[in-house]
Amino acid sequence: MTEVWQGFLKALELIITLDPEVMEIAGRSLALAATSCSIAALLCIPLGSFIHFNSFRGKRLIINLTQTLYSVPTVAIGLFVFVFISRASPLGNLGLLFTPAAIVIGQVLLVSPIITGLVISALSGVDRAVIETAVSLGANRFQATALVIREARFAILAALIMGFGRAISEVGLSLMVGGNIRGFTRTITTAISLETSKGEIELAIALGIILIILALAINIILNRLQHREE
Amino acid sequence: MASLEAMELVKEYQGHRLLKGITVTIREGEAFALIGPTGSGKTTLIRLLDLLQLPTSGRIIFNGVDVTHNERARLEARRRMACVQQKPVVFTMDVFNNVAYGLKCRHEQGGHIQRKVDNALELVGMQDYRSRNARTLSGGETQRVAIARALVTEPEILFLDEPTANLDPLSTLKVEQVIASVVREQKTAVVMATHDMAQGQRLASRIGVLLDGQIIQVGSPGEIFFSPGSREVAEFVGIENILPGTVIARDGSLLTVDVSGRSVQAVADYAVGDDVYVLIRPEDITFAPSRDISSARNAFGGTITRLTPVGSLMRIEVDCGFTLLGVVTSSSACDLGLDVGREINASFKATATHIIKRWW
Repeated sequence: MTEVWQGFLKALELIITLDPEVMEIAGRSLALAATSCSIAALLCIPLGSFIHFNSFRGKRLIINLTQTLYSVPTVAIGLFVFVFISRASPLGNLGLLFTPAAIVIGQVLLVSPIITGLVISALSGVDRAVIETAVSLGANRFQATALVIREARFAILAALIMGFGRAISEVGLSLMVGGNIRGFTRTITTAISLETSKGEIELAIALGIILIILALAINIILNRLQHREE
Repeated sequence: MASLEAMELVKEYQGHRLLKGITVTIREGEAFALIGPTGSGKTTLIRLLDLLQLPTSGRIIFNGVDVTHNERARLEARRRMACVQQKPVVFTMDVFNNVAYGLKCRHEQGGHIQRKVDNALELVGMQDYRSRNARTLSGGETQRVAIARALVTEPEILFLDEPTANLDPLSTLKVEQVIASVVREQKTAVVMATHDMAQGQRLASRIGVLLDGQIIQVGSPGEIFFSPGSREVAEFVGIENILPGTVIARDGSLLTVDVSGRSVQAVADYAVGDDVYVLIRPEDITFAPSRDISSARNAFGGTITRLTPVGSLMRIEVDCGFTLLGVVTSSSACDLGLDVGREINASFKATATHIIKRWW
């Protein structure tokens, strides 16, 4: 127990003194997760909107499949990406394996079902009368769709936060395709895993605390935004 | 100014025929009320006319152009119309931006938007609410914002679906004043669906009666309420005395109609032997202790079978060979000493009756 307490104090010291290694790892994790979520948002908000606003054969199946993929294991995505970018694979000559780009690709695949599914749910939650009112006020299809997305903005923002949370907290995928290379692909979660296995518990706890602080900060920002609108 | 014409509109939904061949014309700048009971198809017809839904068959002509299936023409026509729905929704933004939405869709300039929105909010008495989140408004305020949002686009045709349903009397009065001023001053054609017949009578220059997916009669408020064309319309507009009879004599335009063995005199143009209904509004019947007091052609002695208080009025049912329903004020009921079982004289003028053909 003493060891844990000492580890906790040491962790606080690392954070307060802005330890370069801790900050570098935290910054990289944040940047990778934010990049992945931004790319996924650019893909998934239009995709979710397309699925929601159109009727086509197999729509229900696609939604069910998307929801099933919410809980796909990160190592499964890691394996899938590894197969495609390893040296002997079709994309091997791009040299993506064990790079931050490989982690981003994996995280985009990981969070896309979550963001797409939650965007569909968010749009479904908007009163159908909103789109009819917009159309009756002279909106064209694009304007009416944009209004519905705007009406669902908080639920969509929550979807992005969920995706961000999933991306920043995953470990298996980053280990498999990022390689946990110090100063290059090491993230908070892979570092926690490594440092714990080495017995360097202070650094692991410090990174864990930063992970929690990040989650808390994002939630506070989201709540502030919602309250400001209300 | 615009005109709108619906031709043989049919709407089917899940095997049900909601509208059964509606043909109606909305003229430039007129106030047209669609009245009918709940479920008669008023909202469906409004949605078709506002081009929010496609008809199963039939055509909609806007300013001489068939806009039924041409998406571009529908959008252009829709931008010259506006609709306030029965339960209007406001967008999650402030009142100003809610009202400005239609103008932004039309890519109007910021300065114009500002001026037009301010005018529209002033018209509905909501100028002090422009920065309020529209989601925090009461039902009446929401309704007025919805009306401002529709009016700000300066529509040539304004559709109102039950514009005052669920509003308190004060809010209803305010909304009716706005509608009346729009018709009077902006010359906008207004098509209003309402189950409130009195409201239709107050605001409209023409009324269409929609029953079971069909427009049964179109006419002025006077024609609809005092000269209904069928038994169904008569029942809907509150004519409670609908007496089946047969014309037995005619003297010029004065008919004598046999109703359950008693002769009722009426002014109409029917031939001897025609089967008819004699329609009499309850408020056109007067009651007196004896016949001498009344100069009306029709006077029948009878027995009071039922008295029902209705607010400040008393409803009287008198059996005089057939049942007559009338109303008097509660104070008159007291003065006359009305009571169930008491003999009384009911009278009405021949000109107070309306005769329609009975087909079975």
